[in-house]
Amino acid sequence: MSTDTDVDHDTVPPANKGLLAIAGVLLAIPLIALLWVSSYAKKDPQLWGFPFFIWYQFLWVFLCSAMTYTAYRLVLKARPHRPMTGGYREEDGR
Amino acid sequence: MSSLVPAAANTGVNGVALVVLIVLFALVTGMGFWATRWRRADSMESLDEWGLGGRRFGTWVTWFLLGGDLYTAYTFVAVPAAMFALGAVNGFFAVPYTIVLYPIIFVFMARLWSVSHRHGYVTPADFVKGRYGSRGLALAVSITGILATMPYIALQLVGIQAVLEVAGLGGSNALAKDLPLFIAFALLAAYTYSSGLRAPAVIAFVKDALIYLVIIVAVIYLPSKVGGWAHVFSAAEAKMAKPSVANPAKPTGSFIPGAQQYWAYATLALGSALALFMYPHSITATLSSSNRNTIRRNASILPAYSFVLGLLALLGWVAIAAGTKPIGLDGKPNAQLVIPQLFEDMFPSWFAGVAFAAVAIGALVPAAIMSIAAANTFTRNIYRDWIKPDATHAQEAKVSKLVSLLVKGFALVFVLTLDKQNAINFQLLGGIWILQTFPAIVFGLYTRWFHRWGLLAGWAVGMVYGTLVAYNVINPTTKGHFGGSLAQMPVIGKLGYIAMTAFVINLVVAAIVTLVLNAMKVDPGRDETIKGDYFADAGDPRVEKNLEMDVRLTTGAP
Repeated sequence: MSTDTDVDHDTVPPANKGLLAIAGVLLAIPLIALLWVSSYAKKDPQLWGFPFFIWYQFLWVFLCSAMTYTAYRLVLKARPHRPMTGGYREEDGR
Repeated sequence: MSSLVPAAANTGVNGVALVVLIVLFALVTGMGFWATRWRRADSMESLDEWGLGGRRFGTWVTWFLLGGDLYTAYTFVAVPAAMFALGAVNGFFAVPYTIVLYPIIFVFMARLWSVSHRHGYVTPADFVKGRYGSRGLALAVSITGILATMPYIALQLVGIQAVLEVAGLGGSNALAKDLPLFIAFALLAAYTYSSGLRAPAVIAFVKDALIYLVIIVAVIYLPSKVGGWAHVFSAAEAKMAKPSVANPAKPTGSFIPGAQQYWAYATLALGSALALFMYPHSITATLSSSNRNTIRRNASILPAYSFVLGLLALLGWVAIAAGTKPIGLDGKPNAQLVIPQLFEDMFPSWFAGVAFAAVAIGALVPAAIMSIAAANTFTRNIYRDWIKPDATHAQEAKVSKLVSLLVKGFALVFVLTLDKQNAINFQLLGGIWILQTFPAIVFGLYTRWFHRWGLLAGWAVGMVYGTLVAYNVINPTTKGHFGGSLAQMPVIGKLGYIAMTAFVINLVVAAIVTLVLNAMKVDPGRDETIKGDYFADAGDPRVEKNLEMDVRLTTGAP
């Protein structure tokens, strides 16, 4: 493949794998928590009259939001955008 | 809240509510026509402008648009109705569903955005065609998308109808009964035709404001009217424990899922979450955002809607405590009417009007986006790929506009002529079908390992299996087919969401056929994407400006 620059765009841009893995774990936690139904399908302890089953899932709206946002910051940091400028020609697109 | 004095329950025409409803409806209609001037483009004569709003929407517009798109009138009507009639497994799964949705789309939607913008893809089928070099697989994906979207649009009409019915609109003959619905949809069709995706984007602001207002007032005001949340939950628990009318050996529904229902609850949540962003309308709203990270930022703020949806679901149980009797104009009980009926019984008429408007306008935004997305899919993947390969951008936009009218017309005929239950059945099938496109689209974003014919075989088996199993679910009350979305899962042996079972079978078939075809060295097709495409962002070549991109696409020059 001949390009005008040194960057081969038919590769995955470099990334900090550790940070990506942490972000992946943060994104997986809400899934595991909510799909593990037996862990929360119960009435007690109640909160302001709400069964545990109900308020626990409401709580996860906020936890999931926070975890997704943290993952977003991590992903931005882990893989800075590699500009695709220069050297890209149609025939490189295979 | 003390000034809110409930109107006496009545079954006739609710004059004040109706006037408020009509005024708000007229307001959004005006906005819909005005939208064509919003962030005005040089020319609306391309799919990028008409069908994707110029791909210029930032974080907040995208948030409103996606929220307006995903949380439909049907959601507002059906989720509380399911809570009211059958309890948590059938209704409250919507909460974990719309929570786990966002980590899932966080992972793959940015990649789809990047590759779509690099190659000018407008629909998921465009991507499949470019990735696998297969018009056949792309056709399967696009037909599935259109088939699954049509009943979804029809269901938006069912939502509007529910409101109109409770507001008391509807004469003795069929014409008078359906006229208001007809007018509402004709107006919607007209401004979608002229403004494209800009119309629902503008109206989404009003929709969300009204929905939030109504839900917050309802959640603060209504429980205190019926004796507090503790009473609401005990009333719901009592109703769900009572023997079912259809089958006295079983309870009416579930207050909290029992051990036998864990799989059902989890697979409904996961399957629905995986399926939602395979619908063309969800992808349309995502691709209209202005850069790669808009959707990821959105994934962390969209759960605000999940919270509202959860509160809304609980209103189904508030209706139990309030003793709401959802009776249709035909005199038969109809659980779908429970939320509008609750509002009419409990709110003063002017606020009931606001609440009705929230639901009705809530139907317009998704109906508009869905018809645009279905039209884009038809134009790009059927008209351009199979009928007129040399179509210009202006011709594509023209065909899309016409098809968007056609799709809405079809939905209207569907609702007016067929039983409402049919719309709900097809919507159920649509969810099962659309999930079968997941392997080709999402796995395709990461790997070319799957063979195009393997994916096609898996899709076909998943579609047939899902349809047959859903057909064989018998409704305990009506004895009709397509009685629900749960069936016994093979191997696991518990009740689970049919779409998920079909999805797993789809994957297994796709993997086996891929292994065989790869061993036989069957042509895997040409991939026009490169790895870097999946990470491109605004500012990269061919992602920068649409007009430039149009020039390149038209002339074929890089």
